[in-house]
Amino acid sequence: MTGASGAIGSATARALAADGWPVVVHYGGNVEKAGAVVASIEEAGGRAVAIGADLADPSAPEQLLADAVAALGPVRVLVNNAGITRDNLALQISDEDWQTVIDVDLSAAFRLLRAALSPMIRGRYGRIVNVSSIIALKNNPGQANYAAAKAGLLGLTRSVASEVARRNVTVNAVAPGFIESEMTDGLLEDLVGHIPARRAGQPEEVAAAIRFLASPEASYVTGSTLVVDGGLGA
Amino acid sequence: MSTVTREDVEALVLSSLEELGAEADALSPTATFEDLDVDSLDLAELSQIVEEKYAVKLQGEDVAKLRTVEDAVNLIVERAAQ
Repeated sequence: MTGASGAIGSATARALAADGWPVVVHYGGNVEKAGAVVASIEEAGGRAVAIGADLADPSAPEQLLADAVAALGPVRVLVNNAGITRDNLALQISDEDWQTVIDVDLSAAFRLLRAALSPMIRGRYGRIVNVSSIIALKNNPGQANYAAAKAGLLGLTRSVASEVARRNVTVNAVAPGFIESEMTDGLLEDLVGHIPARRAGQPEEVAAAIRFLASPEASYVTGSTLVVDGGLGA
Repeated sequence: MSTVTREDVEALVLSSLEELGAEADALSPTATFEDLDVDSLDLAELSQIVEEKYAVKLQGEDVAKLRTVEDAVNLIVERAAQ
């Protein structure tokens, strides 16, 4: 579970642990938060380990996966949740801010997926869930880099899903709308009026969707995007 | 790698292809992957099996050129000898 120290990531890590999965709580920089997530999973009787990795580094995903296998055994479920934003109008996005967002939000997800697929295919079982965003489907000025990365995740999801479906490996995406998290701090008040549900989503509501797609019960769902947005994109 | 024999490689390739769904009766060194209904995902998985067994890495472009069982055996033997 990448980006597992954030709001959606930590809620999902706890939900997967509640289903009995041992969980690798990946974090980019916030070791304290990751440690707190591990502690809360262990308190609830689950098993988890925190592993740090800078996913902007192209060699990090493969190492993260190797560390995960060493810590908890074969990876049967991969949730690509790590994401960053570097918001600006397209006119003012620097090459660096474009590339960093693409590297972390899209390329790292691909590299992790590529490394995880091999044992999943050999084991005839796997669940990959890519956490995209409603921004991949709807306009949002000031997020061209983030929108491109998140839309890229949806294309990646559909394409790989069709490649590996006959090996009992599913690849799906969730597209959260506006969820209460560190990424939407201070933004939600003005937006709530546009959401048919008239409220922001809770991280646990996204976690529930991921939990389903990661479960054995979702065996005939692949290449799909589950939108969790209170009706915003309807 | 000097202990890898052509017979070993051929036996591994044939048994792996059978495991991947190829008809046992149709398997022979000259059989084409098309005739065996072996597709690109099967060949990617065969590459994984070969890598696990002989530590020989077959790249996507290498595999894309393979037409017959013999082609695969030749490539693996050649790479194992390097």
